[in-house]
Amino acid sequence: MLLIPCPWCGQRNEDEFMCGGESARVRPDDPASTTDAQWSDYLYNSTNHKGVVREWWWHVNGCTKWFVIDRDTVTHAIQPASEEIS
Amino acid sequence: MSHFSIFSLARNALTGHKNWEKMWRSPDPKKEYDVVIIGGGGHGLGAAYYLAKDHGITNVAVVEKGWLGGGNTGRNTMTVRSNFLREDSVPFHELSIDLYHQLSKDLNYNLMVSKRGMITFIQSSAVNRIAMQMANTMHIYGAEYRMLSLPEIKQRVPIFSPSENMRLPILGGVYQPRASMVRHDAVAWGFARGADSRGVDIIQNCEVSGIRRESGAVTGVETNRGFIKAKKVGMAVAGHGSVVANMAGLRLPIVTQPLQAWVSEPIKPVLNEIVVIRSYYGTYLMQSDKGEIVIGQGCDPYASYAQRGTFSIIEDATNAMLEVFPSFSRLKLLRHWAGMLDMPFDGSPIISKTDVDGFYVDVAGSGGFKTTPAAAKTFAHLIARNESHPLTENLGLSRFQNGRLVQEGGVSANR
Repeated sequence: MLLIPCPWCGQRNEDEFMCGGESARVRPDDPASTTDAQWSDYLYNSTNHKGVVREWWWHVNGCTKWFVIDRDTVTHAIQPASEEIS
Repeated sequence: MSHFSIFSLARNALTGHKNWEKMWRSPDPKKEYDVVIIGGGGHGLGAAYYLAKDHGITNVAVVEKGWLGGGNTGRNTMTVRSNFLREDSVPFHELSIDLYHQLSKDLNYNLMVSKRGMITFIQSSAVNRIAMQMANTMHIYGAEYRMLSLPEIKQRVPIFSPSENMRLPILGGVYQPRASMVRHDAVAWGFARGADSRGVDIIQNCEVSGIRRESGAVTGVETNRGFIKAKKVGMAVAGHGSVVANMAGLRLPIVTQPLQAWVSEPIKPVLNEIVVIRSYYGTYLMQSDKGEIVIGQGCDPYASYAQRGTFSIIEDATNAMLEVFPSFSRLKLLRHWAGMLDMPFDGSPIISKTDVDGFYVDVAGSGGFKTTPAAAKTFAHLIARNESHPLTENLGLSRFQNGRLVQEGGVSANR
């Protein structure tokens, strides 16, 4: 059971959250000049890194805030990260 | 390889079981192979077996970082079924059931296939609709999938006694008679023995640390036992697909997620069929041949390589089971494990060429154990001929570029 550090609510049980995946994913700026391969990479591919990953979490059953944490996918150790949106 | 039979058993019993041959050799790696398969689980060993048997390619090595069948081949719930939604999934899984049912004979190795059948409970009109859609697709491919009324379920599963206060009462069920349980270790060992006897080198404790390439084509693998040159390399790893593909400079459309299962103490036979409760979460239970009740649910909802899962899944699925089988509340749980699924975006397997010439990937997706022989056979076809087997033409990586995803509702996924 993970304790997720919500920047608004503090440490809460993982059941209150949804994982939003890797935060490094960036939507291509200009869709018209983006190739199928680039779109496909943005939409479907992931780094799926074994180790520390920076990822989005959503406090869906709480304050509904989206925020970013650094989570180790092997040890499950968690560090809050600075990026956030409200 | 000596043939296993009632006579070999008697002969060895009379000599005190001291003269059984080793089931496979443990050779040192050669300098060069036609094909190197990374991963000595069911998929990798099976692919090597079919490369030798179907395509006559025997200069093959299977390299395994641990021991045979020690990955997800040893971390599943032994279930084989083909109740899927899409026309690309059903015939592929049907081939798997067909092969499993004849492999014990082909391999001269008892896979302990137990043809139990699977009942999925219907607890809402939405699930009923999907079950009927599945049944229609399956009937097109000759797979039997039929509705069961409540009295029929009671007759088949006498211990079935759902609580009257269930939030979603059970309205009926849908039944696949050919769903089976297969002894998981025997699959790896049977394929290993079959491949070894055809000349395949099986190299354990040999971890791949790099994939060497030259002008866009694979030339071999770096391992802790030195460089092994190879014309072709097939990746059949479970739970580390992204890690190994990354060595070839590739990114895959997968997320590694734990899939948990837990097991009670053994009891006398009470449950013949494999039973699925709340099919939208994929909570299921069955009784193993040893008498344990095996319980599981969909995979954990975030990426993890930890080979353990979150407790809320255990609590949730066990509660769901007790609503339908209250008498199981007395059982003690003995063991728990998590396999790591390389879960593709759409939940279906990926058996594909890649942008690196001569490097092929087999990503099992949600149901690695149930697809083992079909994936192995079609993966061997792809490696040998450099073109997809007809059954896996639509299961390649190209589907993530042309948008023709094979979205499966019937996978062990919470999505």
